[in-house]
Amino acid sequence: MLKQIEGSRAVAEAVALCRPEVICAYPISPQTHIVEALGEMVKEETLTDCEYINVESEFAAMSVAIGASAAGARSYTATASQGLLFMVEAVYNASGLGLPIVMTVANRAIGAPINIWNDHSDSLSQRDCGWIQLFAETNQEALDLHIQAFKLAEELSMPVMVCMDGFILTHAYERVDMPTQEQVDAYLPPYEPRQVLDPNEPVSIGAMVGPEAFTEVRYLAHAKQMQALERIPQLATEFNSVFGRDSGGLIHTYRTEDADTIVIAMGSVLGTIKDTVDAMRLPENGGHRIGVLGITSYRPFPLAAVADALKNCKRFVVLEKSLAVGIGGIVATDVRMAVTGMGLKGFTVVAGLGGRAITVKSLTALFEKAMRENLDLVTFLDLDWKAVNKQLEREKARRRTGPVAEALLRDVGVVGARNY
Amino acid sequence: MSFQPVKFYQTGTFTVGNRLLAPEERSVQASAKRFNSINSGHRACQGCGEALGARYAIDAAMEATDGQLVAANATGCLEVFSTPYPETSWQIPWIHSLFGNTAAVATGIAAAIKVKRKKGEQTQDVRVVAQGGDGGTTDIGFGCLSGMFERNDDVLYICYDNQGYMNTGVQRSSATPPAARTATTMAVGPEPGNVFGQGKFVPAIALAHDVPYVATATVADLRDLEAKVRRAMEIRGARYIHILVPCPLGWGTASQETIHMARLAKETGIFPVFEAEHGEITSVLPIRRQMPVEDYLKPQKRYAHLFGKQPNVTVIARLQAMADRNIKRYGLLGQGER
Amino acid sequence: MFQVRIHGRGGQGVVTAAEMLSVAAFEEGRHAQAFPSFGSERTGAPVVAFCRIADTEIRLREPIMVPDALIIQDPTLLHQVDVFAGLRPDGYILINTNKSFEELGLADFVKSHRAERLRTVSATDLALKHVGRPVPNVPLLGGFAAVSGIIRLESVIKAINDRFSGKVAEGNIAAATEAYKIVQMEMEAAHA
Repeated sequence: MLKQIEGSRAVAEAVALCRPEVICAYPISPQTHIVEALGEMVKEETLTDCEYINVESEFAAMSVAIGASAAGARSYTATASQGLLFMVEAVYNASGLGLPIVMTVANRAIGAPINIWNDHSDSLSQRDCGWIQLFAETNQEALDLHIQAFKLAEELSMPVMVCMDGFILTHAYERVDMPTQEQVDAYLPPYEPRQVLDPNEPVSIGAMVGPEAFTEVRYLAHAKQMQALERIPQLATEFNSVFGRDSGGLIHTYRTEDADTIVIAMGSVLGTIKDTVDAMRLPENGGHRIGVLGITSYRPFPLAAVADALKNCKRFVVLEKSLAVGIGGIVATDVRMAVTGMGLKGFTVVAGLGGRAITVKSLTALFEKAMRENLDLVTFLDLDWKAVNKQLEREKARRRTGPVAEALLRDVGVVGARNY
Repeated sequence: MSFQPVKFYQTGTFTVGNRLLAPEERSVQASAKRFNSINSGHRACQGCGEALGARYAIDAAMEATDGQLVAANATGCLEVFSTPYPETSWQIPWIHSLFGNTAAVATGIAAAIKVKRKKGEQTQDVRVVAQGGDGGTTDIGFGCLSGMFERNDDVLYICYDNQGYMNTGVQRSSATPPAARTATTMAVGPEPGNVFGQGKFVPAIALAHDVPYVATATVADLRDLEAKVRRAMEIRGARYIHILVPCPLGWGTASQETIHMARLAKETGIFPVFEAEHGEITSVLPIRRQMPVEDYLKPQKRYAHLFGKQPNVTVIARLQAMADRNIKRYGLLGQGER
Repeated sequence: MFQVRIHGRGGQGVVTAAEMLSVAAFEEGRHAQAFPSFGSERTGAPVVAFCRIADTEIRLREPIMVPDALIIQDPTLLHQVDVFAGLRPDGYILINTNKSFEELGLADFVKSHRAERLRTVSATDLALKHVGRPVPNVPLLGGFAAVSGIIRLESVIKAINDRFSGKVAEGNIAAATEAYKIVQMEMEAAHA
């Protein structure tokens, strides 16, 4: 059914349709509307047979999910940024134990400095923990991915993180097609655990594993993600047959078939990039052969699919809302691995950190430079060089320069006077 | 000749306490049908108080729940010695997650069971017990413990308190008593051993949460421990049992002295043994024959620096004052009420 | 694509206005996207919200830099924040005030833009009258329907019923309807 609702609300309703049995949540911007909506549904009994637990920290949230999942319940939680970091020990524990927990990460920057706005540093900080990571481009895809996530997680016995841009998607009202309970039930069967705490068949879960077997256990986690590479596209196809739309999968391509230049990105920025690309393709604007590759499954990373999508282009630009401090790009590094030996020219662009708006105007100028291969290997889009250099000079001049954040905020002017 | 009732004091042993008692008063351990939840073959040290406490506590819980029990365990001595790769000595469903999250994991298990029962997918009344050492309970696990208490989740949390991080080599925890030597509070310098003015008594904090049941126990009174576990399993909601379990290695005591050391801790007043419901103390296991703390401290090498040619009478007096305060505060010399 | 930027202060329902505008467009079978400026919201601080309306899927996610219409919920912002940044020459402006554009010091706008697209309405007064609270957002939507014609009053009413119920919904509907009529009458008078 078509609805005009907030992204968070759409996700909450989709999760509710998946018949979760235990939801444990700790509030953090910008995920709060999701867990509030689910809490309300449980309390007013529109979502039944579900325990909603108000936990005392994100570490507790993931831990409660671990216990519930190990006891055979379909478990869900949501977090962002600092909250994800606070639960990291438990995040690794969940994937290490192979528990099919589904978690929404409402992507938000990590402090210091504290920042509540969107970028991908939180999810990407956990790219190696063994969780499957899926990135939604729109609120429709966000709600769809949660339904696919439960199925994928439970089949593989591996937890899944559904990532959606904080504020940009979570707090945006847009049109979504909400499935019916019948559709979801047809797609997602009840949870059949591979391991479960059951007095009738006692097992010990979480034993220590020594050097004799640790490598094998870790390899099996990697093997599961390799299985996921096969399963994710299949699940998307099955999804299409039940729900009637193309959602999920490993990647989405847009006008890449004849493109010389391909822009690669994840999440909501893909929409803005597509608008930019459409404008640049117009004959009156130069008719540039430029296309877009959206990565939906970030972990497992679709090396083969990315290589295939880029096989006919000359150059690529990875536009990412993340920064590998000391190197440059995070996603870009993975993309480069995919195209090793293909002779392509690649550019990394770090953009949108901490919620800085990515505009058609900036992207157009950026892509024009990329097409002329007139870009540095690593570019920071829309960086205020004046402010940065001023701070560097300041630090050369004296020792007690005070907190960096304060100095820079003073230099860029009073934020309140700007519109956004 | 008139009938003269005979009072047996030592009902905690296998000889007197069980053969001459009515079956229902006997220790769970006396029964051939006991669950052996933690089975033989575990790798605990000789004389380990925690292994003893866990065996009694979990078997009592299994008996009280007719075998319908799931256990969550913190990282620590118990977890390590009970699951030496590739073996496990647990005969019950058991999960070890992390060091600091056991109470939360137990909350999750309890929630799952509740939902499954509500849906009719499960008919058995399966209960949940969480267990951890003092490190995993009073320090790193404290936040999750408080959260579980606050929500009144249906979990029995058992803390095996050997007063230090023993598994990692005897480091100080917030349960380590003043003056005790540990690897991070060495017996050197002007104030040897753990300092005064720190420390946390979690049973009192549990009382402050007003949870349905809080009890302390020691491995010197094992029947009392079993009875408390049984009592706890009759109750729904957040429950806490804190057991003093001497550690021969960490305390520097002889391995055959474990039970004796626990008894001394109780008889000196150093460790108060009581029961409480909803924040109010309901009974106390009274001191039978009060002993001076010196008798308790002397056999322990972790207090050796207080003795020798020039005993540290000041510190010993301060420790005696702590014991006296407990006696007064908890009414340890009075008649306990049940 | 039609782009609306709404300016106000925290507590005046700016974000709700954008959301309801998007719902109104949805009710007419159109695509709409509404989102706030994500600033640190506190009562009294300047707040911006955006709404895009189109007939095809809206993919663009940047803040609205070149609005087709502005709704200004609080005239005290006029000379504090650059509310007019990027406004198209044929753009619409609706200001919540009982003063005229000239009295607000905006005579230049009347000259450089299309006068019939620049309107005011005392939305706060209407809100107080019909709902009993000085929150001008809903009456402004009624006035906006009249000045821009981008949505119908019936759609605004549907959006009100979607968000509110009972007496509050009734009051809001009355306020929006009256605002609509006032603006419509003024536009007809200007044309005459």
